[in-house]
Amino acid sequence: MPEALLIPPPGSAANTVVARPSLQAIGLTKEYGSVRAIENLSFTVARGEIVGFLGPNGAGKSTTMRIFSGLLAATSGRAYVAGIPVAKSPDEAKRRLGYMPEHNPLPDDMRVAEYLHLRARLKEVPRKKAKARVEEVLEMCGLQHKTRRKLIGTLSKGYRQRVGIADAILAEPEVILMDEPTIGLDPHQILSIRRLIDSLRGRLTVLISSHILPEIEMCCDRVMIINQGRLVAVGTSASLRRELLTRSEWRVRLKGDVATFEQLLPEVHAGLRLAACSAVDSDGFVEIRLEGPANEPGLGENLLTAVTRRGSWRVREIAFVEPGLEQIFLAATKQGEDTLAPFARKYK
Amino acid sequence: MRHFHLLLVHELRMLAVSAATYSAAVLFLLMMGLMYFLVIYQYDNVFQNDPPSAQYFQVFWIPVVFVVPLLTMKSLAEERRHGTLEAMLTTPASTLEIVLAKYFAAYFFYIGLWALTLLFPWIAVLFLNPANPDSPLHDTASLSGGFMFVCISGLLYVALGVLASSLTRNTLVAGMLSFSMLFVLIIGGNLLLHLPWQDAPFLANFHPVVEYLQPFQHLQDFSRGVMDTRPFFLYASNTILVLGMTTMAIEARATN
Repeated sequence: MPEALLIPPPGSAANTVVARPSLQAIGLTKEYGSVRAIENLSFTVARGEIVGFLGPNGAGKSTTMRIFSGLLAATSGRAYVAGIPVAKSPDEAKRRLGYMPEHNPLPDDMRVAEYLHLRARLKEVPRKKAKARVEEVLEMCGLQHKTRRKLIGTLSKGYRQRVGIADAILAEPEVILMDEPTIGLDPHQILSIRRLIDSLRGRLTVLISSHILPEIEMCCDRVMIINQGRLVAVGTSASLRRELLTRSEWRVRLKGDVATFEQLLPEVHAGLRLAACSAVDSDGFVEIRLEGPANEPGLGENLLTAVTRRGSWRVREIAFVEPGLEQIFLAATKQGEDTLAPFARKYK
Repeated sequence: MRHFHLLLVHELRMLAVSAATYSAAVLFLLMMGLMYFLVIYQYDNVFQNDPPSAQYFQVFWIPVVFVVPLLTMKSLAEERRHGTLEAMLTTPASTLEIVLAKYFAAYFFYIGLWALTLLFPWIAVLFLNPANPDSPLHDTASLSGGFMFVCISGLLYVALGVLASSLTRNTLVAGMLSFSMLFVLIIGGNLLLHLPWQDAPFLANFHPVVEYLQPFQHLQDFSRGVMDTRPFFLYASNTILVLGMTTMAIEARATN
């Protein structure tokens, strides 16, 4: 089994954790009537890690987060927050967790600082420290000055998200869960939220679910991909790329006969083939997309050597197209669907 | 219950800064002022056995069926619709604390409104200036008895409003549900008394039970200075039951 896909079964030796993880799910299952939202989900998130939680709509991301936050009871399995079982000690678990739900519900008729102060007191930040802590998070989240006095209902989506994040980190919990923190934001706002999450690195454990895959790739140490309620891939972007992607992609910009170039490809590698070719641009160059086998370290060098040796083309660019998390996500969820197809049929 | 006080102060503060609170208060006081005026006017023209204060509290059900739904329909339904109740439940505050804070905030406001109407007899005395110190306008006993009844029965009526608000996300539906429950409880029982119970012998024993549960009967007792512990027990125990049901309704919807 590939390294990145190793998901230790509950109770196995591989699941024995030396340092206490901040988040741990052991065989979590949640059923809504006859619909199984998550199925036997097991994973751990180490202290200080920022982990991306990916999956298509309805995959079970929010359900998992709601179970950890104590809002939902799991049908079976166990969820631990900072080593505390959520089902047995929900209040204790809540004290160690900051949760920003999807759509970030906030009271429209309260002012930012006033709301955060109330939340700080509800989260049992001591009265003497609450004011200073609110000021601290207001500054961290860029909500100081005029924004702090504004009614939440008048804030833009980006600022509302900041208030949600400020609320989640307010009581300095060990773990923060963010359900789609960047949904509906413009690129500037996404960037500022990403910086904010980056600033938490090492201090807090963060589990973020998102559809904005480049954002997850940029700010997360590790990625978990869930599909149809089951964990289908866990690992770093690099390890997932290695394990899940079977093809590599190359981009070549050249001027000359494309048919001759295509004939050259089997000489470079038997698996290399022309995938697409653009129209000739104003300079007479074409952009060619090549597909080859993944994990062939010498392929790029061989291609470069072969093209330059012939010398019958003018070459502007030969580049390896780095596969993004999007491709990994698609590969993992496709693979997951293939694996789960009999299961899905069973529960239809 | 460490979060209860905090949540209660927050709820009262939100009521204090809300324009809707003042609109409701003005409408309530206008309506009750008009009622009191009509009672005095009637008293002046036709001989009455009961003092004006006792008669004034006889119409307690009108503000109850209108004002209680208005006060409570938003409390939990709107929080559920906006998702802010869910956000509240992610803190260590318990569901019971949240329900109690909402309930007592609405209850205190309700009692506060009624307390303001205690000024009506004082205003009447001030303007009518009765020469006789034994004038029925000075009858504080029936006034305090009636007010005590409002305080005790309000425990249950406000709790029913909060329960209705916990059952739906739609504030309008919550308001209608609350109105219906209060109407059946207060007026429905009174209507039952007018049914020909005696004609059906097997139902005859229900008559004293329905009569005992009558809020109008309790009000009459309180206005006459009869302090029976049974209404206290009836309203308090039912309030606890209704608030328990509200807590369970919130928890069942939140965790399933």
